[in-house]
Amino acid sequence: MASKLTNAQIAWRAAQDLPDGSYVNLGIGFPEMIAKFKPEGREVIYHTENGVLDFGEAPPVGEEDWDLINAGKKAITLNAGAAFFHHADSFAMVRGGHLDVAVLGAYQIAETGDLANWSTGPGSVPAVGGAMDLVHGAKQIWVVTDHVTKKGQPKLLKSCTLPLTGVGCVTTVYTSLAVFDILDKRFVLREKLPSMSLDELQAVTEAEIVVNGKPRDLNVPEL
Amino acid sequence: MDKIYPGMADAISDIEDGMTVMIGGFGGSGAPIELIHALVDRYKTTGTPGGLTVVNNNAGNGGIGIAAMINAGMVAKMICSFPRSSDPRAFTDRYLAGEIGLELVPQGTLAERIRAGGAGIPAFYTPATFGTQLAEGKPVAEFDGKSYVQERWLKADVALIKAELADRKGNLTYRKAARNFSPLMAAAAKVTIVQARQVVATGGIDPEHIITPGIFVNRVVEVTDPQQEEALLRAEAS
Repeated sequence: MASKLTNAQIAWRAAQDLPDGSYVNLGIGFPEMIAKFKPEGREVIYHTENGVLDFGEAPPVGEEDWDLINAGKKAITLNAGAAFFHHADSFAMVRGGHLDVAVLGAYQIAETGDLANWSTGPGSVPAVGGAMDLVHGAKQIWVVTDHVTKKGQPKLLKSCTLPLTGVGCVTTVYTSLAVFDILDKRFVLREKLPSMSLDELQAVTEAEIVVNGKPRDLNVPEL
Repeated sequence: MDKIYPGMADAISDIEDGMTVMIGGFGGSGAPIELIHALVDRYKTTGTPGGLTVVNNNAGNGGIGIAAMINAGMVAKMICSFPRSSDPRAFTDRYLAGEIGLELVPQGTLAERIRAGGAGIPAFYTPATFGTQLAEGKPVAEFDGKSYVQERWLKADVALIKAELADRKGNLTYRKAARNFSPLMAAAAKVTIVQARQVVATGGIDPEHIITPGIFVNRVVEVTDPQQEEALLRAEAS
């Protein structure tokens, strides 16, 4: 296996944990890839902020209906049993605790569960979308991310340095090297690439990794 | 009671400088392109209405719709959640030059502020933004051991809405996901102006299917073959 997982492989790994019968919101971009790796036989109903429950795959090119889009402004199709609703109802589903899982990307995650994913600081146009609502309300908040930044800096930190999206909200982190659950304000290692030692993983992780027993191998197919 | 206006220009003729205008739509889905461009045309001809505060999820894309309003110079401030798009230059250039204001609001808070405005609820508490920059200066309170941020209602002078069906009493339906913010905005504005693809006879919409009851609607203009913003942008790009 390669020395780190691709984004598709991270998405595959997260998809294996989608609960059967769950209501799930997948964030714009990378998290959206999770849908195509959903294990056979599990029913998952996807929610999108702009007012659709139970949407399916993108339509073929040329058959888009641009009144039927997801939060990423991409064309979607409807599954049998889909529903439309207005924005206040959509965020009642979010804040009201009706979603089982929301999956987001991240610039930084702190061991306290704090998430930074909306602003890289001054000098750009800030945009937040639905992220600050989504991190509150869903029963589980998953993050999918490369383990380090493009410059090789750790993303799993003691505390975030970038503007926060939410405080103490992240429950599970799927990275290109490992899977962590955030328990009692610590990164608890669930799985790591078998090719990597714990010391090597700790060297690219600013926060202290907690190990309860022997971590399982993070095994993902070539995709 | 007849809320049907024969012409677009009449329906928007009393929108004044400095007003707050809510515009329905999420990206191109539900954007009332014909109403927006009637307003842009009026501004280009008469210089009015300028200095507008525009409420929408986004801040325009390409050179159509809200981006056309910004390019025309009639927008002083955007209240939105996501001022980025595939081509955000209209807003971005002016924002970075300090020529347009921005009030950034999380999407769910934006929806609920508008809902509260229409429902007569001056303030409410939400978990969103607690502990972040966007909560600075806002009252915080604890309920059942968890912290929440106080947000205020958002109301407007005018709402511009795209509907699918309308009748002369102002009852509305919407098409697919084009509904998004529109039912909330219709209730939160003093004057709600609707472009509908089809005006049907009174009673022509099953009461079970009405999404926005006519009490929230003041004016309806029929636009039988409405432009779709995303389709226009794609045609423009290719």
